[in-house]
Amino acid sequence: MLDARLYFLQRLTALIMAPLVLGHIAVMIYAIQGGLTAAEILNRTAGSIGWAVFYGTFVAAVSIHAAIGVRVIAHETLKIKGAALSLITWISGVVLLLMGARAVFAVFAA
Amino acid sequence: MQSETVKMNVSVWRGNRRDGGYLSYKVPMEDNQTILDVVTWIQHNEDPTLSYRFACRVGMCGSCAMMVNGIPRWTCRTHVKKVLKDNAIKVAPLRNLPVIKDLATDMDRFFDNWNKAGGVHHSDQTRNDEIELIDPNKPARKIVDAGIECINCAVCFAACDTVSGNDQYLGPAALNRAWTLVNDEKDADRPGILDLVSGNGGCHNCHSQGSCSEYCPNELDPMVAIAGLKRETMRHLISQGKTDA
Repeated sequence: MLDARLYFLQRLTALIMAPLVLGHIAVMIYAIQGGLTAAEILNRTAGSIGWAVFYGTFVAAVSIHAAIGVRVIAHETLKIKGAALSLITWISGVVLLLMGARAVFAVFAA
Repeated sequence: MQSETVKMNVSVWRGNRRDGGYLSYKVPMEDNQTILDVVTWIQHNEDPTLSYRFACRVGMCGSCAMMVNGIPRWTCRTHVKKVLKDNAIKVAPLRNLPVIKDLATDMDRFFDNWNKAGGVHHSDQTRNDEIELIDPNKPARKIVDAGIECINCAVCFAACDTVSGNDQYLGPAALNRAWTLVNDEKDADRPGILDLVSGNGGCHNCHSQGSCSEYCPNELDPMVAIAGLKRETMRHLISQGKTDA
């Protein structure tokens, strides 16, 4: 159900996510100190390749990480196996990737 | 004047893999009495058809493990006084294994997993070679020593929730065995073992909940062994990637 490659991918994506989450929280706390509206935030992120890469990387890592986690739960708790388990893993990953990509695009293209 | 014998209430699971239930027995208390003594008393005095498994009676053979009040234990070394609750004891077959009859389980999956995890010695020497001397103080040998006293009782297998949820999972004992071989200088196929424990039911499925280490009657630490396998398999995977590239 979980082989060495999936385990490796899940740990690797966790390593990628951890500093990005800390960076996100740190910038958020710093940026709102003087009061900042959503429109002002979007003004700053719009057209920024840096923020698009930052959040794009996060979304890609989350999609892989969470899909593998969903796979484990689906197998151990719901007893799903074989092709159905692979399908659930892929659908979870692709849905998260599309939803995240949509959000990143909105922030970049605002 | 003879004092009246105190009796305890013992519920024992009776049945096969399709159906069954608990039957109650009144068993006389003794000053010095194990759960295996209790089960044996029931077979000798109440119902000779009660099936259970034991051999050495001294904690060496690993045959007599059962669920006692919901916890997997080696029954020959578990004293009644340690587990008696409200003057009652509940004895059931080991969890996570199919029941053959009463307290005897089918342990095929447990032992098959040892082979699936590469748990046999892989030699590249013949009887004509000199016996290799192993320094007992070497760190790798100390790791082997820490895990080698497994008696195959399947207490860890019964305690493990990952085994319950994942029927491919090799389980703590087989992986602990694999870890001792990975650290054994005399084993000639350590990369092969790492491949075997990296598959679908391999060490990476462990959630590190630690029930194996909590309940192991010999106080081994399979959870640490599995963590070691996770580390070594990751190194192995990365080095394979470098070799392939």
